[in-house]
Amino acid sequence: MSNNSYEAVMARRDAIMRASVGIDYSTFNTGSIGFDYEQMMKETSYPMDEMRRIQSSVGVGSTPIIELKNLTALARKYAPAGKGARIFIKDEAANASGSFKDRRASIAVYHAKKLGYKGVIAATSGNYGAAVASQAAKYGLDCIIVQECYDSNAKGQPEIIEKARKCEALGAEVVQLSVGPELFYKFLLLLEETGYFNASLYSPYGIAGVETLGYEIAEQFKEEVGKLPDMVVCTNAGGGNLTGTARGLHQAGAHDVQIVAASVDLSGLHMASDKDFNRKSFTTGHTGFGVPFTSWPDRSDVPRSAARPLRYMDRYVTVSQGEVFYITEALATLEGLEKGPAGNTSLAAAFSLASELDKDQIILVQETEYTGAGKMSQPQLSFARENGIALKFGDPRTEVPGESVILPENPSLIKAVDLDLMKLRRSLVKNALKLVDTNEVSEIDLAYLAEETRLQVADVKKLIAEISG
Amino acid sequence: MPNTGDWVLIHSQTLKKEERAPQVPADTKEVPLEMWVKGELLEPAEIGDAVTVKTLTGRLETGKLIEVNPVYRHSFGEFVPELVTVSRELRQLLGGEPHE
Repeated sequence: MSNNSYEAVMARRDAIMRASVGIDYSTFNTGSIGFDYEQMMKETSYPMDEMRRIQSSVGVGSTPIIELKNLTALARKYAPAGKGARIFIKDEAANASGSFKDRRASIAVYHAKKLGYKGVIAATSGNYGAAVASQAAKYGLDCIIVQECYDSNAKGQPEIIEKARKCEALGAEVVQLSVGPELFYKFLLLLEETGYFNASLYSPYGIAGVETLGYEIAEQFKEEVGKLPDMVVCTNAGGGNLTGTARGLHQAGAHDVQIVAASVDLSGLHMASDKDFNRKSFTTGHTGFGVPFTSWPDRSDVPRSAARPLRYMDRYVTVSQGEVFYITEALATLEGLEKGPAGNTSLAAAFSLASELDKDQIILVQETEYTGAGKMSQPQLSFARENGIALKFGDPRTEVPGESVILPENPSLIKAVDLDLMKLRRSLVKNALKLVDTNEVSEIDLAYLAEETRLQVADVKKLIAEISG
Repeated sequence: MPNTGDWVLIHSQTLKKEERAPQVPADTKEVPLEMWVKGELLEPAEIGDAVTVKTLTGRLETGKLIEVNPVYRHSFGEFVPELVTVSRELRQLLGGEPHE
């Protein structure tokens, strides 16, 4: 019998990964840090036409874009004269299982089926679980979803419990765990036990599947609106949403669209803390994932993440929990669209950013997600109250994650706050330098880090000197 | 009495607290890694017994039997009156007349 201690299983990680993703990532290594990202994406994913065909055959993609005229009018009340861009939303909740994650799952599960795997496994507490379960159902594959769901008092996040229900409704087996990064340990054990495909969120399939979203945006706006959006705001956690969307826009020739990442500010809460787990009102789309994954994408469940958001983001802003709940209510009561709060993170940001753009400019929120019991403002806010979080009206900037949720006293108080991209770039370079000695960084590695950070090689060199000096 | 073939929920410890990953924060290190999984009961048992179940994918898992025909207990939550306030104020801001 094999040794299943935490250390022993983690030591088998590379072999388990190779067998379960079908990619030998080491063939893409170029330097001691760098790897050929574009080559990996080219060799291991599908061309745009084929992905669109795969997706349309399983109820994924071609989601509508909707102009939010009432929200735009509201934003203009508070914008300087001449400002207040037109706000649009892409209704990704219209996908098969209710979120843009269907795009990722559709390519990953199609690929698993093609390679002859009997089943698929994904480690996720988010909408991706339902997406993989939905696609597995279509292709007749077994499916296991591994969730981080409960604290040590067996109290579960309502939003995650709802996702478990949805996965089970779609025929998946759900394995629920208490808080902790060892979810990955159980995930590896399950891959080993079953021999199923690792439908990782971060494989090239998982990211390429989102490229159709960016591509569709360009096509739809040219056709239905007559011009491209000036700014696209993406809710950012693991970085796949932003990466895939930006890559798709580029493939459609839309190189000048400004790409903005938006996350819910959960600073101060530790993501692996048993005590903090139920003190947050958002289980994804927050800085607890967004910031670490942006500054080091390769912390995911595959050796090289295909989600590399820092390569594509022009800005990264945060909004508060209270602001997102408020805008979720606004979307329902002013636009007649009731959607899940987490997906509206980028909408809260867009409402604020619209006032920086001219009236004839366009800002697009590129997703919505399904809503239901457990996964909407009321159950999430009443859960917060149960856990001793103060809910009140006031200035959202006074919100303290884990202690309060502050609903804006009025819409003018919704303000996206910029993160310093230079700090994130520096942090990425610092993380890279943990892999090698400074004197081992080759020209190839420097060029790679320049691409990762969108800096010049000379600037990367300067950063390295600062960090190691 | 829970019977063979019943659909049940079991609970187990995946890692004892001393077996947890080195990087987990102090409070999490104080508690074990727990697991909940559903499946078909393979032999008659009482609530609280150690049992083996066959999951949907045909795997065997063992743990303590905690519920037969497990119920989804998440809901639409307690009423949050602040949301009514937000809705009414937003509609008024866009020119809706307040109702007498």
